Amino acid sequence: MVKTLLSHVKEYKAASILTPIFMIFEVIMEMIIPLMMASIIDDGINKGDIAHVYIVGGIMVVFAVLGLLAGLGGGVFAAKASTGFAKNLRKAMYDNIQTFSFSNIDKFSTAGLVTRLTTDVTNIQNSYQMILRMAMRAPATLIIALVLSFTRSVRIASIYLVAVIILGTILAFIIKKTMNYFGQVFKKYDALNESVQENVSAIRVVKAYTREEYEIDKFQTASNNIYKMFVKAESLIATNAPLMMFTVYVCILLISWIGAHMVVSSTLSTGNLVALLAYCMNILMSLMMLSMIFVMITLSIASGERIAEVLNEKADIVNPDNPETNVKDGSIEFKNVYFRYNSTSEEPVLKNINLKIKSGETVGIIGGTGSAKTSLVNLISRLYDVVPEDGIDKNKDGAVKVGGVDVRDYDLKTLRDEVSVVLQKNVLFSGSILDNLRWGNRNATEEECVNACKLACADEFIETFPDKYNTHIEQGGNNVSGGQKQRLCIARALLKKPKILILDDSTSAVDTATDAKIRKAFREEIPNTTKIIIAQRVSSVMDADKIVVMEDGEINGVGTHEELLESNEIYREVYESQTKGDADFDEIGGEC
Amino acid sequence: MPPRRPMGPRPKIENPGKILKQIFSEIMKHYAIHVVLVVIFIFVSVLANVQGTIFTKDLIDQYIVPLLKSKNAGNPVDYTNLLNAIKRVAVFYAIGIAASYSQQRIMVNVTQGTLRNLRNRMFEHMESLPIRYFDTHSHGDVMSMYTNDIDTMRQMISQSMPQMLNSAITVVSVFISMVYLSIPLTVVTLIMVAVMLYATKKSAGLSSRYFVKQQKDIGELNGFVEEMITGQKVVKVFNHEEECIANFDRINEELCDSANKANKFTNILGPINAQLGNVSYVLCAIVGAIIAINGWTGLTLGKLASFLTFNRSFSMPINQVSQQFNAIVMALAGADRIFKLLDEEPEVDNGYVTLVNTIEKDGKIEETDKVTGTWAWKHIHQADKSVDYVPLKGDVVFDDVDFGYVPEKIVLHNVDLYATPGQKIAFVGSTGAGKTTITNLINRFYDIQDGKIRYDGINVNKIKKADLRRSLGIVLQETHLFTGTVADNIRFGKLDATDEEVVAAAKLANADGFIKRLPQGYDTVLTGDGANLSQGQRQLLAIARAAIANPPVLILDEATSSIDTRTERLVQEGMDNLMHGRTTFVIAHRLSTVRNSNCILVLEKGRVIERGTHEELLEQKGKYYQLYTGKTA
Repeated sequence: MVKTLLSHVKEYKAASILTPIFMIFEVIMEMIIPLMMASIIDDGINKGDIAHVYIVGGIMVVFAVLGLLAGLGGGVFAAKASTGFAKNLRKAMYDNIQTFSFSNIDKFSTAGLVTRLTTDVTNIQNSYQMILRMAMRAPATLIIALVLSFTRSVRIASIYLVAVIILGTILAFIIKKTMNYFGQVFKKYDALNESVQENVSAIRVVKAYTREEYEIDKFQTASNNIYKMFVKAESLIATNAPLMMFTVYVCILLISWIGAHMVVSSTLSTGNLVALLAYCMNILMSLMMLSMIFVMITLSIASGERIAEVLNEKADIVNPDNPETNVKDGSIEFKNVYFRYNSTSEEPVLKNINLKIKSGETVGIIGGTGSAKTSLVNLISRLYDVVPEDGIDKNKDGAVKVGGVDVRDYDLKTLRDEVSVVLQKNVLFSGSILDNLRWGNRNATEEECVNACKLACADEFIETFPDKYNTHIEQGGNNVSGGQKQRLCIARALLKKPKILILDDSTSAVDTATDAKIRKAFREEIPNTTKIIIAQRVSSVMDADKIVVMEDGEINGVGTHEELLESNEIYREVYESQTKGDADFDEIGGEC
Repeated sequence: MPPRRPMGPRPKIENPGKILKQIFSEIMKHYAIHVVLVVIFIFVSVLANVQGTIFTKDLIDQYIVPLLKSKNAGNPVDYTNLLNAIKRVAVFYAIGIAASYSQQRIMVNVTQGTLRNLRNRMFEHMESLPIRYFDTHSHGDVMSMYTNDIDTMRQMISQSMPQMLNSAITVVSVFISMVYLSIPLTVVTLIMVAVMLYATKKSAGLSSRYFVKQQKDIGELNGFVEEMITGQKVVKVFNHEEECIANFDRINEELCDSANKANKFTNILGPINAQLGNVSYVLCAIVGAIIAINGWTGLTLGKLASFLTFNRSFSMPINQVSQQFNAIVMALAGADRIFKLLDEEPEVDNGYVTLVNTIEKDGKIEETDKVTGTWAWKHIHQADKSVDYVPLKGDVVFDDVDFGYVPEKIVLHNVDLYATPGQKIAFVGSTGAGKTTITNLINRFYDIQDGKIRYDGINVNKIKKADLRRSLGIVLQETHLFTGTVADNIRFGKLDATDEEVVAAAKLANADGFIKRLPQGYDTVLTGDGANLSQGQRQLLAIARAAIANPPVLILDEATSSIDTRTERLVQEGMDNLMHGRTTFVIAHRLSTVRNSNCILVLEKGRVIERGTHEELLEQKGKYYQLYTGKTA
């Protein structure tokens, strides 16, 4: 994980290396100051030599300035390195996400990807900066101060060494325990969040059943659990500072006692005693700092792992080596096709599909939810790949062919430009209507856009907007109705001028009359385009050249409306239930 | 870890003083004594530290130097005084450590206890808020109050506040000690502190300017990522990857730039203060040395050594406080949101008519505590305090009702309807005609602007909301389930239901079949709003939940568009079973559900445009005829 992340430091390597160097330099400058101070006391004050005081004092100021410069350098480079690293991580993730196939995308939730690109990267950025600045500085302080102490007095320095070992061990123990507790705290937090989440989204149910008291009780239990766990964890942390104080104080007292003896017996100068007292603080503080850094890093490991997961995700649909860049016509053939979303799931989603569609045909697909209608059409533009029957044996692999060529041999861009899909769960993006339409063809003229909208029966409502084609669409298309959104999505897909057009339940919110109008326009205006229409309503597919009835991942029947009425039980059932005055009011009365 | 609030521009806090006061009073409510103890303990531990530093002076001046002198004079060296002094200091230190630990330990309880109380109050208050609040606030925002905002407050209470107090006491006591040790050196220190404060202010100013820009850029990046990742499949379908990358790069670079600058100015603040501290230390050393050598103002070597340590501890708090500043601003913003939630007006309930169990005695209805299965409205008349018992029947009347979610925009106009017990009333009409709105009114999720709604002849405004809602069953278009077992979810409708009752309700709702096939049957744990169930199964559970509550009046918003034909038939049957013998309001999507209704209301643009039975409406050849036959008359 660390290796994956660090490979994205790239152009910020120099800054990443310079930062700790500057930090160490700063530490050295700081560590020299107590030595100078000792000199001022011993050679200046005790000997009454004012000149020496001036000289050494001057040098100290110079060192302080050098230290300042080093500190500034460290700060500046740390900022550059860490924010640059964060930028590279974000870019690398985003770039990789763009190569993801649908099944890659399915693996991560939308919210999960957003968190990884934002919060997780920020966590890593902060940790990285912390590591660059502090992870070197703290041990450097510890070591330098300890070494310098040894040069002053081995006896006293040994006390420090022992103190460092003892304190270090105890701190490590405490950290380990608290991390454990915090792990549990986070779990309890999840339970609490769940409770809040449920109550916010299901407030109508809670209120309708007057279960406020009951929910409050539930929440308070969760809340109390967090309280107990937090108190446990933080009580342990609360021992940190007193422990530190204890060690410092013991050291100070020991030095006072031993130091006094040594000074009196002239084995240690007063100045050096003062310097040693200063080092005592430096050493123990840096130890404390180290433990803090450790906690910070541990907390960000989870973020790092989540980022690495995205970075290491390999797109499972990639361009073939010698891609075909020309789609001959809009014919489609399914040959022995099996499909599963997850290679380990036992039951295939699509089973033994064999189907031929001629170029320019209109094909309707009908079937209950879960009958794999969408899965079927998603294979055409290679949003997912066909899998072998048993999931392993490549020799038993089926194929989907477009224009007589296996879709896996096409250049992806070519294929997807020629096979235009209007997804079931579709989105519009913030921007004007024209901006959105031009997703289909970035160079489309306004006239072309208007034509596409006329075909999709979208022109009629766009013209009623005050800003017409420049009307701003809000994020997710929330300021247009469901039916309007669907028609805009169809127009957007039409602008590609594809050889194959797939509508995946794309007119469900459009009223029957408009739906019929759209289909009529398709028949008359784009007769050569192969049209595949998935629908819930029989009326949407009745007049198709061919209707495919899907049931449990298999083709249950293929034929014209009349043929199927005759031969196919499921089709007949659906047809009868929908025509005997049992249509859906919402659909019929839906937005026009 | 809890989800984080997407960072927008740094919040402006209108009245920080008031919020701070609110936070204090929140803490003091339960932890006043604790807080007093904490203050005392902080005081003690700071003083213990200060006396230790002063001991350096005594160590050198009173023990080492005299001992050195006596040794040089050839006298025997006696360390007993020093040993006693060290013992004395050790005792003070021990007290200091004990005080420090006690303070930290108490603070844990104060912090976590206050947060728990606050959380509980927030939730309790939230549950009392009207539906309007939830309809008008983003769920994400509400959620993040319980996580991010509480978390920033945790930092503030547990760290920033004691830190500030500690710093303040340290500054004062160190200042007094410094003045006691040497006034000239104190002046030097103060001047340097002024310089440090100035530098801090400058640098923090610069940093905060870029900080604002950074937050803005983060907001922009978050917005972009959120929108584009949501539409990632569309991006793929339209081969739009390259454009997206180009746009992303632009925003990413922008953010990197502002983040770099913001971090830079924050980063350099540390070394500047540290080195200015060193300069201050050096200056004191030089000035102190000169004074000591010349023997002015009695500055001894020991005093100088002590002073130099104080010099350090005096400038330290500046750094610490400046580090806490951002945390405090964030916490105040969070607290502001939390207190705003607590200030939201709860649902008003002036109802005084309650629902009671009754028993018939000698032809008269009497109230009883026992569960009898027969209910009545207990109506205490305001005028003469006489009590009436009106049997619960499920008779609902709308009399010229007007309603709008906002007063300026009326969405329902002059709605009249009359439903006698056991009748089935259906609402049909296109999306946005106001069908769902009507269901929000009977149970008083929203209050009407004009007109009257009567339930068993009583104005619903007079009925206590809890009792009113208890008498109404509701199955919503959007099914919501809770974390817990299947049985728990059904029991939500009647908390004390026996296992047999649960199964009976499930059977009635046609849910028993699929529940039995679940891995643990009725004990299968559902998570994430029943994510492991299909839409149809979830709806069946919602029906069972309503069935077990056994209300006389039902409201069914039966959307079955996302359910396949077979499950739909099961759901339909479940609903039909449930409706049997109850007054039912159905928002109908399928014509077949409507046909046998006692009355069908056709809504358009918030008005009832047609009403009558199926046959009557077909006769009229109006909108219903048109909807039903697909022909225009």
